[in-house]
Amino acid sequence: MSNLPPLSFYVPEPAARPGQTNLFSSSSMPAAGDMRRPDPLEAEAGMRDLPFGLIRVLDDEGLAAGPWAPQLAPGRLRDGLRAMVLTRLFDDRLFRAHRQGKTSFYMKSSGEEAIGAAQSMVLAAGDMCFPTYRVMSWLHARNYPLVEMVNQIFSNEKDPLKGRQLPILFSARDYGFYSLSGNVGSRFGHAVGWAMASAYKGDDRIALAYIGEGTTAEGDFHEALTFASVYHAPCILCVTNNQWAISSYAGIAGGDETTFAAKAIAYGIPGLRVDGNDFLAVWAATAWAAERARANKGATLIELYTYRAGGHSTSDDPTKYRPADEAAHWPLGDPVERLKKHLITLREWDEDRHAALSVELDSAVRTAVKEGESVGTLGKSKPPVSEMFEGVFKEPDWRVVEQRRELGV
Amino acid sequence: MNMIQALNSALDAKLAQDPETLIFGEDVGYFGGVFRVTDGLQKKHGLKRCFDAPISEGGIIATAIGMGAYGLRPIPEIQFADYILPAFDQLVSEAARLRYRSNGEFWAPITVRSPYGGGIFGGQTHSQSPEAIFAHITGLKTVIPSNPYDAKGLLIQAIEDDDPVIFLEPKRLYNGPFDGHHDRPVASWQGHPAAEVPEGLYRIPLGEASIVRTGEAVTVLAYGTMVHVALAAIHESDVDAELVDLRSIVPLDIEAIVASVRKTGRCVIIHEASRFGGFGGELSALVQERCFLHLEAPIERVCGWDTPYPHAFEWDYFPGPQRISAALTRVLEY
Repeated sequence: MSNLPPLSFYVPEPAARPGQTNLFSSSSMPAAGDMRRPDPLEAEAGMRDLPFGLIRVLDDEGLAAGPWAPQLAPGRLRDGLRAMVLTRLFDDRLFRAHRQGKTSFYMKSSGEEAIGAAQSMVLAAGDMCFPTYRVMSWLHARNYPLVEMVNQIFSNEKDPLKGRQLPILFSARDYGFYSLSGNVGSRFGHAVGWAMASAYKGDDRIALAYIGEGTTAEGDFHEALTFASVYHAPCILCVTNNQWAISSYAGIAGGDETTFAAKAIAYGIPGLRVDGNDFLAVWAATAWAAERARANKGATLIELYTYRAGGHSTSDDPTKYRPADEAAHWPLGDPVERLKKHLITLREWDEDRHAALSVELDSAVRTAVKEGESVGTLGKSKPPVSEMFEGVFKEPDWRVVEQRRELGV
Repeated sequence: MNMIQALNSALDAKLAQDPETLIFGEDVGYFGGVFRVTDGLQKKHGLKRCFDAPISEGGIIATAIGMGAYGLRPIPEIQFADYILPAFDQLVSEAARLRYRSNGEFWAPITVRSPYGGGIFGGQTHSQSPEAIFAHITGLKTVIPSNPYDAKGLLIQAIEDDDPVIFLEPKRLYNGPFDGHHDRPVASWQGHPAAEVPEGLYRIPLGEASIVRTGEAVTVLAYGTMVHVALAAIHESDVDAELVDLRSIVPLDIEAIVASVRKTGRCVIIHEASRFGGFGGELSALVQERCFLHLEAPIERVCGWDTPYPHAFEWDYFPGPQRISAALTRVLEY
């Protein structure tokens, strides 16, 4: 042994646990409008400061500030707000349906509604999103039929996925929404491959993929970035950094040491760090990356800095590992409230219209849930059991044929 | 104790007794694991003995192997067996072969705990039974307890084993035995003889099956959750079956299997995993090779169907007591 002091083993810990208060004092928070906006076609080498900043557009007064402000027509802003409010109301009602035993599982997008809503609106109809289970606002922004969603969540006879998949792990190809799985991260590379195929075919489609900050620890993340970098794949790779991966805070994925956007630097692709609770900032950054991708300049990594306001799923109780009031201290506020305030500041919205919108959307959700219930909830109704054997292969082989016969379906 | 408490007790006792042991995995630290198996261990034994890992199953197993090669005895957790596949290369190409290829210079005495199996409406990513793919890999041991007492004794033995062990925990049995009758009230371990779990260290050797019920008419081979389902089927069909709980499939207690089948002349094999290429195929081949002249009927397998694990059709997929009873009848009436 040398004369040096012994090595010590380090395990990171979050700023606060239950019973303590997290004031998020360590988060550096640039003001809205402060970040420069390089031309999207510029070389990556000139923009390596971006991953360490934070692109914010909406300020505390509800005004849009700085070069990233996307100058959207009020109608588009109201469409975005509608998708976000709908997502929240749908989540609340289906979460309750789980508590009432109508389904086995549910996951809410609470606090992250701006992300899927804005990006769904920025991307074009032929583009493809490779989602996580917390961007349901993508589908709500594209008016996916609510009752189809309810039927899938209830795994009932009219479930569009035929009872084969867990609730909310949707697949909606016509809505640019790739098949979800409970395995995290494993579709990140699919987005890159999809984008490579579009370029190979000389098409104009781009891909957008999501991964949680916790899942950046998986090889899938690094493999996808390598391929995206090597082949200049026309895609937008998004890390939704919502601070918590079930009970593990972002530091367990390396978030104390650098930003997730900065991972892009090692791969030579632009990295943008964006206020994920700011509909306008998410819109602007996504549009920037889409313009770059469509101009054959390759991929962009976007860290969407946000906060998972609810539990991981219906199986989780976040008060066991983080302060119960942590969401209230989140410095970037609530995405719905912020966009609403912006519209009110622009005199394009008011409290009465907002209340009326909420009533209208809640009623639509309630109607969809009632319709789903009339078909049946989990265990009360299901697709024909023969559906269990369909789709294993394009054509069933003898095993499936024999086993179907054995079960008598 | 229920099975969660028994496993927790085994980990607690090993952490207390052996400073070279440590636990890491997703959510196992402060939170105590999504199934609470490591609950309280960080608080009691310290941050460095039981800590959270990045969501990186390949990284978890790779670092566990490195720690094991250094001389520690890591007990990594993979949150669901469905999520173990990113670590498959590390398990197959590294953990299983390190001792062999280095001529004994390096080895990895790791115990990989992972909840597996269905019956909880977990859909295709929280329900699978991947034991056969590990059993196929020479150099890995694969252990599957069916009750709290065995779970603790087998886990302690697995941790002390100098070779890598895959320790699959039937999650449907965590809180109580499950006989496959999903429409009946949920049972708890309370009052079950196997829920009498001593404090402190005790061991159950790997590779010793347990005869759950002796009988003369037919041998039933099962492990994990299916031990309880098979027992229910045996009672309901009023068959004098001998039920063998394998407890570990590698090493496999071939003597117990052969002795039982030679006695009964009939054999039914049960597992939750899909049938084709499942571990039942290996068991069937072994029984045929070693008991051919004693067999009075073809060997039957009752398994999950050859489909992915479906959500809405959980109980159509699950090899429940009815299907097992039917197989017992077929074998006896052959």
